[in-house]
Amino acid sequence: MPVTYILVLSALLFSIGVYGVLARANAVLILLSIELMLNSVNINLVAFSAMLQESGIPGQVFALFVITVAAAEVGIGLAIVILIFRNRSSVDVDEMSLMKW
Amino acid sequence: MTDLILAAAEAGATRDGFFTQYMWLVPLLPFVSSAAIAFTGRRVPSKGHVFGILAIAAAFALSVAGFVDLATDAKPVEQSATWFQLGDVIGPAEQGPVLVEENVEGGGPGTGFEIGFGIHYDFFAALMFVVVTGISLMVHIYSTGYMHGDARYTWFFSVLSLFTGSMLFMVAADNLLQLLVGWELVGICSYFLIGHYWEEKENSSAAIKAFITTRVGDIGMMFGIFALFLIAGTFNIAELNHAAEAGLIGGIGLTIACLLLFAGPIGKSAQFPLHVWLPDAMAGPTPVSALIHAATMVVAGIYLVGRTLPLFEAAGVALDVVAVVASITMIIAAVLATLQDDIKKVLAYSTISQLGYMMAALGVGAFTAGIFHLFTHAVFKALLFLGAGSLIHAVHSNNMSEMGGMRKFMPHTYKTFIIGSLALAGIFPLAGFWSKDEILGSALRRALEGHWSAWVVFVVAMVTAFLTALYMTRACIKTFFGEFRGHGRPHESPGSMVTPLWILAGLSVVVGFLGIPVIGPFADWITLPGEEHPAFSLGYNLILPGVTLLSAGAAIYIGYLMFYAGKITINLIGGPFEWLYRFVENKYYLDDIYLGGVVRPVQYPLARAAYWTNQHILDGVVNGTAAATLSAARGTYERIDQGAIDFMVNGAAGITDRSGGLLRYIQSGNIQRYAAVLFAAVAIFVALLALT
Amino acid sequence: MAETWQLVIFWLLAVIIIGSAIRVVTTGNLVHAALYLVGTLMGAAALYLLLLAEFIAWVQVLVYVGAIVVLMLFGLMLTRAPIGKGEFDNNQRPLAGVVALAVFVVSSAILVDAFEGKEINLSTAADPSVEALGEAIFSTYVLPFEVVSVLLLAALVGAIVLARKD
Repeated sequence: MPVTYILVLSALLFSIGVYGVLARANAVLILLSIELMLNSVNINLVAFSAMLQESGIPGQVFALFVITVAAAEVGIGLAIVILIFRNRSSVDVDEMSLMKW
Repeated sequence: MTDLILAAAEAGATRDGFFTQYMWLVPLLPFVSSAAIAFTGRRVPSKGHVFGILAIAAAFALSVAGFVDLATDAKPVEQSATWFQLGDVIGPAEQGPVLVEENVEGGGPGTGFEIGFGIHYDFFAALMFVVVTGISLMVHIYSTGYMHGDARYTWFFSVLSLFTGSMLFMVAADNLLQLLVGWELVGICSYFLIGHYWEEKENSSAAIKAFITTRVGDIGMMFGIFALFLIAGTFNIAELNHAAEAGLIGGIGLTIACLLLFAGPIGKSAQFPLHVWLPDAMAGPTPVSALIHAATMVVAGIYLVGRTLPLFEAAGVALDVVAVVASITMIIAAVLATLQDDIKKVLAYSTISQLGYMMAALGVGAFTAGIFHLFTHAVFKALLFLGAGSLIHAVHSNNMSEMGGMRKFMPHTYKTFIIGSLALAGIFPLAGFWSKDEILGSALRRALEGHWSAWVVFVVAMVTAFLTALYMTRACIKTFFGEFRGHGRPHESPGSMVTPLWILAGLSVVVGFLGIPVIGPFADWITLPGEEHPAFSLGYNLILPGVTLLSAGAAIYIGYLMFYAGKITINLIGGPFEWLYRFVENKYYLDDIYLGGVVRPVQYPLARAAYWTNQHILDGVVNGTAAATLSAARGTYERIDQGAIDFMVNGAAGITDRSGGLLRYIQSGNIQRYAAVLFAAVAIFVALLALT
Repeated sequence: MAETWQLVIFWLLAVIIIGSAIRVVTTGNLVHAALYLVGTLMGAAALYLLLLAEFIAWVQVLVYVGAIVVLMLFGLMLTRAPIGKGEFDNNQRPLAGVVALAVFVVSSAILVDAFEGKEINLSTAADPSVEALGEAIFSTYVLPFEVVSVLLLAALVGAIVLARKD
């Protein structure tokens, strides 16, 4: 199949993730949207790996690493969110605007 | 090397003088003291005269040292510096004759010229230095007594120094332009000093008269200088003389130039017809009269003619004109001197007459004799003026009709005045005797060589000598003998005034011996290259002096008879020659001619026109410029500065302020807002990169 | 024939992925959002299987679905996520929509423009075995592997430090 289908798919997924990051007010939901974006990248990598056949192994390797990094990032991110929740009793990012004018 | 130095080398001058290198200090010192007195004199206890006396004394000492140097075989000095150059100068001015020859042979002056200033110091200049600084020193000392308590004491001394410096500057000049500068400077100093008592209108009028009259002469002189430049291509006096002697310039051009040049001395040295200012200049303080109008300024003209005598000699008719003018001057002034009541006026007319003598001597080519008479006259005329000042100081009046019998009250003044009078009259062995006889002898010699002008000079000079003795006798008798006709009880003057009198009296006795014919050193010092000094001859050196001595003695005797004993009276009033008396009494109506014929026509119409021009045109321009500038300034301020520039500056500030006020809302603190901007920017950048 | 089936399955998976993703970002129920994310991730895993990357697919399921989503749920629980529907959108939805649209347009345009005409030929593709993958990781890419390990360690430590109650 033409690789562009998968690429467009991943682009769409990425932009949906962008929308979620920008439009959601709950911090955990923002983290979920970030996962979407990371997944779109993974889809891209694997698609390229399939396109390049034998020499496409690095694509899968890299996808593996991305998954690992995503895991680490989620761990830290949630730790931060919980910390914030402890201090402010809320995870609504709209209320966390101390550094405004 | 110029002829000066060559001639001097031939005459035995070989070494470089020690003092002659520093002769530029001599004019400089009085200028410095003048400035010092002007700026600080009022705050100094002596009110400034100490500066003046010190400076002049130092200048005098230097002048004497320089003269001694020259007399002991030092070389004359020419130092010059170029001020600026216009056009192409063919060769440096020091190369002297080269410049002139190339110019003249090429058919006209060069395409350019150099203006420089420099010092030309030879015996003549050295003598003038000594005379000017010496007389000035005497006058300075005298003035500390005479001008004591005067309100403008400090200014007086400042201008005295300034005058001395200017005179020295003029004397030392090596080119005609520098001489002209000094000439004008002494003129203005004379104006200041004559008008010292300017509160009286007649005094300030006298000062203006002196200035304007000499100015008329100066204009002719300026044209003469320019004419000389046109025909010779140089202003340097030594070069001009050389050109004349070498025959490179001559003819009608040189004659006209010399006649124009002579106009200056006519004015400054009070020759006919511009002599009218000198009697009125007696309105100034007596020390001024002594310094300026007896010994120094008036001899500036003599100096100029003497300096440029080779030019006059090469110009043929010019020299005759000089002789005739001088002769006329001699006689008319002597006649007037016999009729004055004011003692200073007697001396003033006497000065004019003696200046005529000097100019006449130059007019017959007797350079040495003329300058010798200049020298001796300076001494005894200064003495006479200072003595007159002493008398005036005691009696508070200038008029001899208020004096009389003064010898009882003022013995020192009396004795010195008599010595001065005898010297002026030419009585052996005082100074005037020797100098007058030199002139008479030279005139006769030249007359016998065939020059008609010399005959005029000789005859007139003999008559004038008689008259000189006559009027001086009259003056002395009226002043010192007989009964005192004034008020109060006069007393002798203070030491500061009497001391210079005795010094000058002593000099009057001895300086004559410097110029004894044949054996006196004066002829070695002051002489033109090529002038002849004949050896001792019976006729000239015994008979002629004897004749003049007899005529002087006769004049004294006649004067005694007329004014003391009253035996001879010439009463012209009411007689058939009354018109003659009136004619002379009114100074030949010269003053009236000038006033009516020259002054009034200029004064009223021209002055009114000048005033109108000044008020309407010049002031209009000035005021208009001022108004325009003012409105331009206001417009600039209001419209440009306030309106445009401030608007822009304030506007910029306002924009910054408002945009800042708007831009701060970007910092919303909302992370998602920032993230949105971030993604949007990334999208835009990528699009841009992809598209370009 | 095989291609046709591949395309069909692909389209099916695409619909699932996108639909779930859209629900993630629009639903009003927090727990539903997490569950929709599971849907997206499973769909992606199936896609990996289609693209002959089995190992990645299973790792995806293990790590992403099994660990990360569970972590998210824990996070939701610990932050007292409201049960049931709520309003979770902030007030810059229009701007977010515009930006997302811009990003989609730009990135897809570039990608399509760059890879026009390239094909993935699944029929003739050889199965990249896990063995090859393991070799690649531990020989050529051992350095990134180690770095990522350290990263995990750091994340671990960091999370503990941050979340401690002291």
